Amino acid sequence: MSPDLLKLIFGRLGLESLPLHEPIVVGTFVVVALGGAALLGGLTYFRLWGYLWREWFTTVDHKRIGIMYMILGIVMLLRGFADALMMRGQQMLAFGGSEGYLNAHHYDQVFTAHGVIMIFFVAMPLVTGLMNYVVPLQIGARDVSFPFLNNFSFWMTVGGAVLVMASLFIGEFARTGWLAYPPLSNIGYSPDVGVDYYIWALQVAGVGTTLSGINLICTIVKLRCPGMTMMKMPVFTWTSLCTNVLIVASFPVLTVVLALLSLDRYVGTNFFTNDFGGSPMMYVNLIWIWGHPEVYILVLPAFGIFSEVTSTFSGKRLFGYTSMVYATVVITILSYLVWLHHFFTMGSGASVNSFFGITTMIISIPTGAKMFNWLFTMYRGRIRYELPMMWTIAFMLTFVIGGMTGVLLAVPPADFVLHNSLFLIAHFHNVIIGGVVFGAFAGINYWFPKAFGFKLDPFWGKMSFWFWVTGFYLAFMPLYVLGLMGVTRRLRVFEDLSLQIWFVIAAIGAVFVFIGILSMLMQFAVSLLKREQLKDVTGDPWDARTLEWATSSPPPDYNFAFTPVVHDNDAWWDMKRRGYQRPLTGFRPIHMPSSTGTGIILAGLATAMGFGLIWYMWWLAALSFIAMLAVGIGHTFNYHRDFDIPADDIIRTEDARTKLLAGAK
Amino acid sequence: MSRLKILALLPLAAALSGCDYVVLAPAGDIAAQQRDLVIISTVLMLLIVLPVMALTVLFAWRYRQSNTSARYEPEWDHSTKLELVIWSAPLLIIVCLGALTWMGTHLLDPYRTLGRIHAERAVDKSKAPLEIDVVALDWKWLFIYPDYGIATVNELAAPVDRPITFRITASSVMNSFYIPALAGQIYAMPGMETKLHAVVNHAGTYKGFSANYSGAGFSGMHFNFQGLDDKGFDAWIAQAKSASGSLGRTEYLQLEKPSQNEPVRRWGTVDADLYRLILNMCVETGKMCQSEMMAIDAKGGAGHQGLNNTLPLTYDKYARRGTVLGPEPSFVAGTCTPDAPQGKTTASITAPVDTAPLLGAGLKRPSFTPLKSSSFFLGQRPKSDS
Repeated sequence: MSPDLLKLIFGRLGLESLPLHEPIVVGTFVVVALGGAALLGGLTYFRLWGYLWREWFTTVDHKRIGIMYMILGIVMLLRGFADALMMRGQQMLAFGGSEGYLNAHHYDQVFTAHGVIMIFFVAMPLVTGLMNYVVPLQIGARDVSFPFLNNFSFWMTVGGAVLVMASLFIGEFARTGWLAYPPLSNIGYSPDVGVDYYIWALQVAGVGTTLSGINLICTIVKLRCPGMTMMKMPVFTWTSLCTNVLIVASFPVLTVVLALLSLDRYVGTNFFTNDFGGSPMMYVNLIWIWGHPEVYILVLPAFGIFSEVTSTFSGKRLFGYTSMVYATVVITILSYLVWLHHFFTMGSGASVNSFFGITTMIISIPTGAKMFNWLFTMYRGRIRYELPMMWTIAFMLTFVIGGMTGVLLAVPPADFVLHNSLFLIAHFHNVIIGGVVFGAFAGINYWFPKAFGFKLDPFWGKMSFWFWVTGFYLAFMPLYVLGLMGVTRRLRVFEDLSLQIWFVIAAIGAVFVFIGILSMLMQFAVSLLKREQLKDVTGDPWDARTLEWATSSPPPDYNFAFTPVVHDNDAWWDMKRRGYQRPLTGFRPIHMPSSTGTGIILAGLATAMGFGLIWYMWWLAALSFIAMLAVGIGHTFNYHRDFDIPADDIIRTEDARTKLLAGAK
Repeated sequence: MSRLKILALLPLAAALSGCDYVVLAPAGDIAAQQRDLVIISTVLMLLIVLPVMALTVLFAWRYRQSNTSARYEPEWDHSTKLELVIWSAPLLIIVCLGALTWMGTHLLDPYRTLGRIHAERAVDKSKAPLEIDVVALDWKWLFIYPDYGIATVNELAAPVDRPITFRITASSVMNSFYIPALAGQIYAMPGMETKLHAVVNHAGTYKGFSANYSGAGFSGMHFNFQGLDDKGFDAWIAQAKSASGSLGRTEYLQLEKPSQNEPVRRWGTVDADLYRLILNMCVETGKMCQSEMMAIDAKGGAGHQGLNNTLPLTYDKYARRGTVLGPEPSFVAGTCTPDAPQGKTTASITAPVDTAPLLGAGLKRPSFTPLKSSSFFLGQRPKSDS
């Protein structure tokens, strides 16, 4: 075939794009390919494809979508953590003339991919998954407002993750750092596909995130059960509401700034170039106007989880519900007024810097108030140390350190000496691991019995807990120290041998965390095997307080046979106290949304379009775009969107539960 | 929990153990004041953080389920007095810290000229500050001493107790100019200038580097900063002066090409206008300087006709060769100036032989070649030959 034809078909993709010269990547590919083949073979052998397609891929049930988000988050955690281990290994070895084992081309991709994956494809799916699962149950709804949109949002997030994963084996990922500042990320200095992978992965996933934000806001505002006024909503629902407001207000900024960057890269505009009137500073401002709220998008739901967990396991009402809600709202608003603190050192004047420094510090006031609220919820409580509560205590002790170093970094003159240093790295891992990740683990351990009807195994859970917590401290406290020695981030090789010991400690910490992750996987496996022993038939294994515990575990498709009526902000606690009796008769058909494959097809096409644009395969991009329009329009003619669950089915389900409950007593 | 506490104190314990904590023990007055702010802020925050941590441990222990002697009040969820305390205590700390921030930020603004060279000594007004122009290149640092007419790569020296004024820019991508022992960092950005005023109080050799990732050779982008006494500094200048070679536009264009782990280099003479040209991104003759462009725009711009004042770009930095769907790359031609008459401008800008993106001397190229800027269905447009 002529080279022109090949180019027309494959764009700039060729055999030489495959990283065959990188033994590490080839090895990974072999393992992934074998694992993938085994998985696919297994699914085929056990004839699970039909089941997966019908019950999971096309489902519009918020509970199943929530679970799929969690699975995505955990799978991507493994990838992101593999990158972390590689970085710690490289920095531990590359001393005194040694180049380590990663060349710059590989290492620079590794730290970029680590950041992107951990934020967009680990933290976001974990948080979104928990919100998706829990919020409709907490507000007594049957599903989210737009169930099809929910399915579509999830698959778009998967599409983004697929593109990032593809970059590992086909071509390369960005070598720019996770925020891809121009001019480095512009076509002049990154002419390869890496930044294009970055752009299109985030654009595809960003559509999903934005739509899911709209969906959950609408759900919380419109679908609350009778009696649940705004100030009777559970705190997790409140933090979810604020998070989704942040998503809807900030993700479009990310979309626009990446669109401008892609215009620079594809059609030669000059938004962020050095000359022709472009300014890279504009990119830095815009990306942080998204980037700072993003931090709160992640941490607010975690705060919500800790609120639920603390009050449940202290057997006590949450202290200061009202101030908790106001603190959340204040944080939401303030998170838009602080973005410049990420670049004090880019030459803003002293007044501008102090303004943004002080607004940043002000955020610590509501955050501090929250901390005290959890503290006084424990005060005069009866604290049961189950796993979710252990994660919460670890969070409280860890997060205050991260908060403190964060406020320190908000003092501009202090930031001038600590910016971009490993001190900063330690700080944000301190708040993201100590806050978001611990929160997600507390949430997983807390709501797992709701989702599957059996508790998670406490032994492996505790193993995971202790390895994670000690691993975290071992891995990141040395980085604080190194930051005070003036060691900067993203370095690949070092000269000063006296630093090495700290990197060795940090690497040991990373191995501890790795054992923590393995223990968690073990915990899932063991719990699955011991599910009969760990079974919970009551639907309320923790003696909890909010509505999701009022229904069975796992909840029926329709969540609640009768929409509950709420009189108190600890609705289920209140119902139990007033001697609530489950209604056993009078069931009526329930109107529910139907499954549809449109979401996964659209997202698949969007991913293909992204791939086409990355590799300049214009035919693929154009074709998938047209196909997306066609499928989208076609879907509007789908009139089989809903159905009624017949009353008989509901009677059967509810009778089965009545029997179970009677058996449990 | 005690294990957690001990680990949390690790940085503190290690800080006392006598490693090279340059941020906590700097050699320059600005960095020392920044260090003071770090410590004061930390102490201020510990006032609230330590009690919170202690209370967490205390409550977690006291109110454990097995301790049935502790009071249990499941309905107690509000106390106006406590609410007042938990909002006002952090507020008070932040008010103090905010005041400190406002003052500190203004006093230590890198753009502000120094008022003192040491806690006890004011600036000696009779001595002019030392001016140094800093350019971040891929991947090395160029320092120009305009007063002495010398330039160095990856070596910086300054006399003790004499204020230094840095003017900082970059040639291609963002870097950050940071000498922890001297003063806080500030970004070096192409087409923009940042400033830093600082002074070194103790003689010695300190590390300087880029604190912002800038590409493949970033790790090797460091230099030594020498604080010298007056005599030593004069000797250093004399030594640099005696270096052969002069750094002009041609040599600079050669120098700015990507390279890594560069050894120290010195030039005895340097084009006095070079820094201004670098900052305005017009070292190549014939390219319009940003300052001229801005002056034209400030007068209302050249109108639509200005669109035609571009020339095809054949070589700019190392890879700006247009985009797949965009027009052929071009640059704004300089208006006719005495040193660059319009007729001969582009003659000196020659196309590189190999149009693949350069990734620096000794660095591996990516294993594939990007497409040329003209795509298939837009048709092959005539190449400019200059």
